[in-house]
Amino acid sequence: MNAIAEFFQNIPIDLLLIQTINGIVTGMILALVASGLTLIFGIMDVVNFAHGELFMLGAYVGVVVFALTGNFWLALIASSAIVAILGAAMQILTLRPLIGRDPLNTILATFGISLILQNFVLWQFGPVARKISEPITTHFNLFYLEYPWYRLVIAGLSAAIIGVFWLFLKRSKFGVWIRATTQDRVMAQAMGIPVPWVYTGVFAIGAAMAAASGVLFAPMAGVSHTMGLDWVLKAFIVVVVGGMGSLGGSIAAAIFISLLEAYASIWVSPAQAVIVSFVVLILTLLFRPTGLFVPTPK
Amino acid sequence: MSMAAPRHEQGPAPLVTVDGLHTYYGKSHILNGVSLQVGRGEVVGLIGRNGVGKSTTLKTIMGLVAARAGQISFEGRSITRTAPHRLAHMGIGYVPEDRRIFRLLTVMENLRTGFDREGVTGERKKELLDKVFAYFPVLGERRNQAGGTLSGGEQQMLAIARAMMLEPKIILLDEPTEGLMPRMVSQIHQIIDVLHKEGVAILLVEQNVPLTLEASQRIYIMEKGAMRHHCATSAITIDDPLIKQYLGV
Amino acid sequence: MSRHSKIYWSGFCVVMALLIVAPLVLPEFWRRFLTEVLIWGLLAMSSDLLIGYTGMISFGHSAFFGLGMYGAAAALLLVSPPNLWLAMGLGLAGAAGAALFVAYFSTRLRDIYFAITTLIFSQIFYVIIFTSTSLTGGENGLIFSRPHFTIPFLYDVRFNGTTLHWFVLAVVTASYLILRRVTQSPFGMVLQSIRENEARTRAIGYPLQRYKIVAVMLSGVFAGLAGVLYAVQNEFAAPDFVYFITSGDTVIFNVMGGIGTLVGPIVGAGFFQLLRELLSRAFGDQFPYLIPLGFIFIVMIIFLPQGLLGFARRWLNR
Repeated sequence: MNAIAEFFQNIPIDLLLIQTINGIVTGMILALVASGLTLIFGIMDVVNFAHGELFMLGAYVGVVVFALTGNFWLALIASSAIVAILGAAMQILTLRPLIGRDPLNTILATFGISLILQNFVLWQFGPVARKISEPITTHFNLFYLEYPWYRLVIAGLSAAIIGVFWLFLKRSKFGVWIRATTQDRVMAQAMGIPVPWVYTGVFAIGAAMAAASGVLFAPMAGVSHTMGLDWVLKAFIVVVVGGMGSLGGSIAAAIFISLLEAYASIWVSPAQAVIVSFVVLILTLLFRPTGLFVPTPK
Repeated sequence: MSMAAPRHEQGPAPLVTVDGLHTYYGKSHILNGVSLQVGRGEVVGLIGRNGVGKSTTLKTIMGLVAARAGQISFEGRSITRTAPHRLAHMGIGYVPEDRRIFRLLTVMENLRTGFDREGVTGERKKELLDKVFAYFPVLGERRNQAGGTLSGGEQQMLAIARAMMLEPKIILLDEPTEGLMPRMVSQIHQIIDVLHKEGVAILLVEQNVPLTLEASQRIYIMEKGAMRHHCATSAITIDDPLIKQYLGV
Repeated sequence: MSRHSKIYWSGFCVVMALLIVAPLVLPEFWRRFLTEVLIWGLLAMSSDLLIGYTGMISFGHSAFFGLGMYGAAAALLLVSPPNLWLAMGLGLAGAAGAALFVAYFSTRLRDIYFAITTLIFSQIFYVIIFTSTSLTGGENGLIFSRPHFTIPFLYDVRFNGTTLHWFVLAVVTASYLILRRVTQSPFGMVLQSIRENEARTRAIGYPLQRYKIVAVMLSGVFAGLAGVLYAVQNEFAAPDFVYFITSGDTVIFNVMGGIGTLVGPIVGAGFFQLLRELLSRAFGDQFPYLIPLGFIFIVMIIFLPQGLLGFARRWLNR
């Protein structure tokens, strides 16, 4: 009896609470990245291996714009816009010629793009990490810590971006076009919907979401040319665990995994905490391969 | 009457002309030199047994299937290589067999895909909607329901209404009465008549020969991927030996 | 012997002759270069069994390669004097174990999801190797000495550059012949039918998952063999090789050389390494050679998807 009481006494409640907030913050950013990936995959059936590099590129463009203007929010908007255009160009030049071919081709093509982007950034910016300073530097008191408001703001912003996008999908004209194209590409064309441009638009939106996540994340941890791979891997895990192509599932999975990782890092090093997401993936594949957060198909 | 490539000396100005079309599905030679013509505001029927290539003809005109050889022109301009979404904007509407409405979109959203175009004012959109709901009141009742929840007949109406939202000059109608109850069949007849009165041309592919003979001004009979006979519907009746020859059961 | 066989085997002999003579005439640098191309070629060839013949893209080969490498390292460090055959055995066992583990989970999924899952699993191995510093030397890797070539009780001789090249050539050639035999066997035919039409193959009644697992394991074992050879050639093991980049390079070699040909990937590996060498000679060491190579890769996917040797694919498989 006493041992149990002692065990519960030893759980650092304050640490748990802090890590809960940290987990949710990281989870929301991860949700934003994964949403872009799910969007591109769900609508175009393209596995965008370059998604992590778009995240990284977004962060770097943010660094440059920030250095030029000193304004974080301008950096956020400009970076999203620039990377969206780049994404559209990528899709038109390399993915359009591959429509109708074996989907393996698009995996390879986006992989090639990720190589180019990563090495380009390495070449231009060097291997040393860059930083963007936080736009909001005030803190509030959370237990014995001074917790930065900024982190809560990014979590909120990420959620807002996802929310705005969801509304856009449900209400706007382009949103209807996207949904029609996803359901029946042929009839969408017969109704005058310019399907090739819908695909380009979707890719651009996905790229913008990745870039925005990159800029939002940058003040937290610094920007380096390898950050893409870690995030894209986690994003892929989120997409698989959340149920391929399910937006709601991805968000739930992102927060779930980030929370678990945040708790794990109380006891183990962050490098080892990533094993948590791998374990979740393995368990999902074993027991609920269609996704943890999706109702089991009949 | 004539079996050669139909040429019109009289009758309405040609809207769609198809000349010597050859289409393949893989190695299968489905269309073997198809030629036809539809004039402005005309209702033209296309009949024949199952599998002769009637649907494929419509799909090829709509650019959903690529023609290996031959010409298609619309209002005098060649459209053989034009993308389907451009054809929709030019004024060609397509209603496929098995309807293919967007099942997860509401009735309203299905219609939106048609009228959400360049140059359509808010007023015009309202006009189009009012018109369509007047012809198809049941669609008005169900306007916020998902397309997949409609009955077969209602889906067919939605498919036609959706094409009407494009304000087309011609509608390619593929077997609209398939699987419908007789009451609905006469409703389809009425809709075709209304469209005809509004000056919309129709290329009607059908298995229902009596309906086709009543609703169309001219008729083509197709067999094995080519036109075998073509005449005005006034010149042919249901018990004509030709009908029995090419569609006989 | 059919005419095709005659031409094929004469071609084979010519190529072999060239490769055997090469180390005797090439300067040291190019000799090493050629040997490494053969090793990467073996890795790429192992991957071709999956990509070209079963239609499954794997991004997990860095794990198999890496475990072969570390397995060999373990044997060479733990046993004194370092034994070549033990290194091979341990390396192959390690690779096979990893392959079984990865195969068990990822073969449940099709196509894209398979690729992603193999990628994730290879990263799992990377993280484990990278962080188990006491066991694997962590970031710094392991250094060991090259074993002698021994035939127990009969023969014991050190490798020199040339003889090592011949050894690698022998192993790679044997692997090629074995893999060729496999692809032409009934088992190989089933794999190819999985590539052509998975649903139909399953409908006929083949236990797909079992075939896929065996395919992944075979592929993994040969990838591990490449890892062993690399360890023996270079006398070190590093976690960098378990990182995703190696898997990525492997896929590039496959696509450039031509999938489904077995020799194509070897040519692809050579082509890639040659371009890389030439670019760095022309523009300096710091030149990001992967940028133009990346462009070439993408252009090839769009315009030359069958790769350099793809035109000969049917001929090579007869």
